[in-house]
Amino acid sequence: MQTFTGLFVLGASGLNVGDMLVQLILFLVLLALLGKFAWGPFMNMMKEREDYISNEIDSAEKNHQEAIEMQRQASEELKKTREDAQSIIEDARKTAGAQERDIIESARKEADRLKISARQEIEQERDKAVQTLKDQVASMSVMIASKVIEKELSEKDQEALINQYIDEAGEER
Amino acid sequence: MNHEAPMWNDAFGISWLDFNLSNVLMMVIASTIVFIVCVAATRGLQRRPKGFQNFMEWLIDFIKGIIGSNMDWQVGRMFLPLGLTLFTYIFVSNMLGVVTMWAPHHTLWWKSPTSDPGITMTLAVMVVVLTHYYGVKLKGTKEYGKDFTRPLPFLLPFKIIEEFANTLTLGLRLYGNIYAGEILLGLLAGIASTSILGFLGGFLPLLAWQAFSTFIGFIQAFIFTMLTMVYMSHKVSSDH
Repeated sequence: MQTFTGLFVLGASGLNVGDMLVQLILFLVLLALLGKFAWGPFMNMMKEREDYISNEIDSAEKNHQEAIEMQRQASEELKKTREDAQSIIEDARKTAGAQERDIIESARKEADRLKISARQEIEQERDKAVQTLKDQVASMSVMIASKVIEKELSEKDQEALINQYIDEAGEER
Repeated sequence: MNHEAPMWNDAFGISWLDFNLSNVLMMVIASTIVFIVCVAATRGLQRRPKGFQNFMEWLIDFIKGIIGSNMDWQVGRMFLPLGLTLFTYIFVSNMLGVVTMWAPHHTLWWKSPTSDPGITMTLAVMVVVLTHYYGVKLKGTKEYGKDFTRPLPFLLPFKIIEEFANTLTLGLRLYGNIYAGEILLGLLAGIASTSILGFLGGFLPLLAWQAFSTFIGFIQAFIFTMLTMVYMSHKVSSDH
């Protein structure tokens, strides 16, 4: 049908119905195939990425909130712990002071007790020593006296001594 | 430049069925290239795109932008595959004739399929028919019919003429640009291949014209897609 060719001086070869049909069918087939095998996967991927990003943003926001909350809790906890520690130290200091005083007190008491008992002991020992000395002096003086008497005792001396004793005995009464 | 077209007239004995076999060949090649490239790009799609996936997603966003500038995205999203396929197919078709031309025995086999008015008009008519189809589908027959008498009833004849004018300009604009580019490319290539002097004189203009044709090929693919969406929005949007 060459009349079309005559109508269109523009055309290199005119309008061919066959070409048109081929073009129409090819394009529709291409449209269907690309829609299924190329644009479909691409758009799914882009949609998936969109969803993924929006989910990520959501979860990031949530995590951020949680982190703020946790930080607040942690700082509260820290503050409480610090207060606890402070009170424990304070208690320990008080207890230590009390104990110190107790120990010093008891040590002092003990020392006093020891001092007293030591003094008593010394006294006793001294008394004992004095007693012993007294006994020994008495016996020695008796011994010396007997010796002296044994050796020589004149009549005159004897008399004088007796008198002296008698005098002394009288004075003591 | 008196190349013959490899015609197959009166195919199968049907008197009105003529094939230009070079057109058929180039349409098949263009479709195959588009299909292979676009499907190959979907291999190994990742959530974190890289390389070619980035380019394809840029292209999708580009077409999305074209559609979004003409109509509501809620309506326009269904035309995204159409826009993408139109754009890629027309762009690849335009490029085929820029890259090389091949005419063994004075028979023009390798050229842009879009340098044939029948093919561009087929695309244009298809697009306009689709706009009417979606106009009826999305707005209902009554609203669709009323649109022809808006804003004033006496505009009805002009509205009807407009539809044909749109179709004609849409198809012939693409055809004219690409065909003119090919003619000049052919002439320059002819000069460059005649003699050494011709080569020296013809080489640089050929280079420049190929660069310009690449640009034109891109622009025409863009314009075709853009106008498709403009006509589509005239039919499916109710807010103009």
